[in-house]
Amino acid sequence: MDSIYWPSFFFFFFGILACVFAVGVLVSRNIVRMAFYLVLSLAATSGLFFLAGAEFVGAMQLMIYVGGTMVLLVFGVMLTSQERFVDMKTWAGDWVKAFLAGGALLFVLIYAAFSVPAWRGIERAEAEALPVAQTATPLGMGLVGARVDKLDPAVEAPRDGMSGYLLPFEIVSVHLLVVLVGAAYLARAKRKITARIE
Amino acid sequence: MFELPLANLLTEPVGVAHYVTVGAIMFVCGVLCMATKRNALGILMGIELVLNGANLNFIAFGSPYLRSDANSLGLDGQLIALFVIVLAAAEAAVALAIALNFYNNYGTIDVDRADQLQG
Repeated sequence: MDSIYWPSFFFFFFGILACVFAVGVLVSRNIVRMAFYLVLSLAATSGLFFLAGAEFVGAMQLMIYVGGTMVLLVFGVMLTSQERFVDMKTWAGDWVKAFLAGGALLFVLIYAAFSVPAWRGIERAEAEALPVAQTATPLGMGLVGARVDKLDPAVEAPRDGMSGYLLPFEIVSVHLLVVLVGAAYLARAKRKITARIE
Repeated sequence: MFELPLANLLTEPVGVAHYVTVGAIMFVCGVLCMATKRNALGILMGIELVLNGANLNFIAFGSPYLRSDANSLGLDGQLIALFVIVLAAAEAAVALAIALNFYNNYGTIDVDRADQLQG
């Protein structure tokens, strides 16, 4: 009997937490509780990111999702949560149809995942021999256009400037600016103009 | 062949398939949230769950520790996951602004009441 492989143990810990709280978001009727379960599910997912060796993305998940998006969502919940909107029932027919479709989809996805032999993981000795790589620096270099993880690409063509993610990075930053200005404009307080008409 | 490796779950490393399973559960929960919730903010939370499940797949396919062949996405998976996180934040901001506007104009957050464009 081998001893416990601790990364697997923590994978199941965080994975079960993420799944249980995702189901909690689905079945809960109270909007405030749904927001709380969503926070916990997203935080558990960042644990899975850390376990897969993506420590920078995991930290970003904690800061942007759990820190930013959830502040937005919780404010939205607080601004709109009057008595009659906190508990909203779903029609029973919707539940039946949703669970039929969702169950079929889930079965197909899990069946597909486990029918590829290469996706079932590697041997334990091999896993323990793998080096641990830091990803923050290569990620930052990739975002400014230099792929230090692929210094010698097999194909010549991508070296001409599209190998990095500088252009998508710029596009996404301008997109974020436009979106935040637009959101602030959409959600501003309206002035009443009816009193001025004479 | 299809077989669940349940015998040595805790003594062997997990693989891409386990991550994809967790991602699939989050994805299906998000889709069902979008389909069944009547509160507009509940639908937004469903979208967040779907994006998060997709992100989990990107990270799993890009990880060097999870699969036995050499076809890993590498750093591209993590970079795309970062873009997905940023775009999800932007989408949440705009969707919340729209939901608040709808609430201010109609006095409700129930999406079944938003039927003005229905023919």
